[in-house]
Amino acid sequence: MLQRAERQHEFTAALLDPARPVPAGLVGPDRQPSAMRFAVYRNNVVAGLIDALQESFPATARIVGKEFFRAMARDYVRSAPPRSPILLDYGAEFAAHIEAFEPAGELPYLADVARIERAWLEAYHAAEATALETSHFAAINPDALPQLRLHLHPSLRVVRSKLPALTIWRMNVPGGSPDVIDLEAGGEDALIVRPAAEVEVRTLPDCGAAFIASVASGAPVVEAAATAWAASPCFDLAANLSGLIGCGAIVGCDKPRDDKLSETPRDT
Amino acid sequence: MAGPTIFAAGTGLPPRAGVGLKPAHYSTILDTTPDIGFFEVHAENYMGAGGPPHRYLETIRARYPLSLHGVGLSIGAHQPLDRDHLKRLKVLIDRYQPGLFSEHLAWSTHEASFLNDLLPLPYTAETLRQVCEHIDDVQSTLGRQMLMENPSTYLAFAESTFGEIDFIGEIVRRTGCGLLLDVNNVYVASTNQEWDPQAYIDAYPLAHVQEIHLAGHDTRTDENGRPLLIDTHDRQVDDTVWGLYECALRWLGPIATLVEWDADLPDWPVLKSEAERAEAIMLRVQDQGDRHAAAG
Repeated sequence: MLQRAERQHEFTAALLDPARPVPAGLVGPDRQPSAMRFAVYRNNVVAGLIDALQESFPATARIVGKEFFRAMARDYVRSAPPRSPILLDYGAEFAAHIEAFEPAGELPYLADVARIERAWLEAYHAAEATALETSHFAAINPDALPQLRLHLHPSLRVVRSKLPALTIWRMNVPGGSPDVIDLEAGGEDALIVRPAAEVEVRTLPDCGAAFIASVASGAPVVEAAATAWAASPCFDLAANLSGLIGCGAIVGCDKPRDDKLSETPRDT
Repeated sequence: MAGPTIFAAGTGLPPRAGVGLKPAHYSTILDTTPDIGFFEVHAENYMGAGGPPHRYLETIRARYPLSLHGVGLSIGAHQPLDRDHLKRLKVLIDRYQPGLFSEHLAWSTHEASFLNDLLPLPYTAETLRQVCEHIDDVQSTLGRQMLMENPSTYLAFAESTFGEIDFIGEIVRRTGCGLLLDVNNVYVASTNQEWDPQAYIDAYPLAHVQEIHLAGHDTRTDENGRPLLIDTHDRQVDDTVWGLYECALRWLGPIATLVEWDADLPDWPVLKSEAERAEAIMLRVQDQGDRHAAAG
């Protein structure tokens, strides 16, 4: 008989790969091997993980239909089983898998829709933090504002798409209705944040994503705005700031000290 | 030889029926505060850093007793327990103070992969030693007693040298853990292994049982036409399982009983009526016991 470690290894490999034979010594009540009994475990593992993905990516599933989604998810489950028992975190690389999944090649926006859904899920389960009220900013001396560093909410995510993926996502969430869409209409950047109990999804204005990325890296407002202006002269600082404040995306602000190295920029 | 270190259980659960807490029912529960004995949650569903699940659970915990049920610790795995996962469990227990904490006689991780099912293990001296080491580890890390649940199995290992009940009894003796008796698992495993489910319950170390689980199962057949029951948790509890539950109660008396329903979730009233059925049986058995005692 194989050593215990090898036995579990063999069991696991056969679970994930239906082409492998059922490991020896797994028997029914008559002490004879039973492929159908082992198949129950195979099915539980794979179907359970596909169900978990379908729950986390409902709009992606709605777009391609259940059968297509489950085939695409099965492929992912077998190649990338979860690395953690916390299943609510499963699917981090699913969007990348969709991008490389040839049968989905005719739907170039599908991976970005999945990225929005993943960001939504991450925001849903992210750490709590209290958003600063608008009144907090009204009290700040306008001359001091450019030097301030903004701390973003830990749930904040940005998903950039070269296609109208956010519009497509909105059409495919509960209550949405799919409609004809012009894929040439240009890209969309989505801001996803959960300031309190509800996840908010907003369309970012032009260069908003570049501004947020710079703020997230720890740059003061003036520097982040310069980065955004360099990307496009249309960048509107006031509109971007009030948008972020209005959706509860900012949880703190401070003035950078001279010894910048002692300050740790916050993750987004 | 000295016996195992005996860890205290949590505060325990009331001898009533409870149900598994599902997000689909959060609002109904908060709006109507139904009369239910306790709620049980899967620990792993509350291991996110924050978010609505914690907000709901905190509010519901303030109103009801809670049981924490792990599905990802992989006590039956060959490899050492995941220290990070144990830490996360400790954080959850400290935060929500569940009356009981339970896990399974099963494995679900191999190397870095999580397989998302409760997989079976051979019952040998080697696996017995490993399982006991893991339970010792869990109890000393969490600083409390855990309950271990009997598995639903679809096949057996040719190399097993212990019967399932002897194996479980030996784990209890060596580790001092408590037991969770899943009556549906008894019926599913007994049918699939051609054991007598009644005899299983009679022989089970009932003195160590602190909680019961009930759930629905699916009925199929294997390649030889023999019944093959699948532990699906997607429907009402089977009548035969209700019968076995009643028999177990005659030994155990009223005891915390969970109705599990994890897939194809029904509306709240259907789930609640399953809990009411369990409580009605508990009352009936207690009543019969009282009359029996009075007559004797």
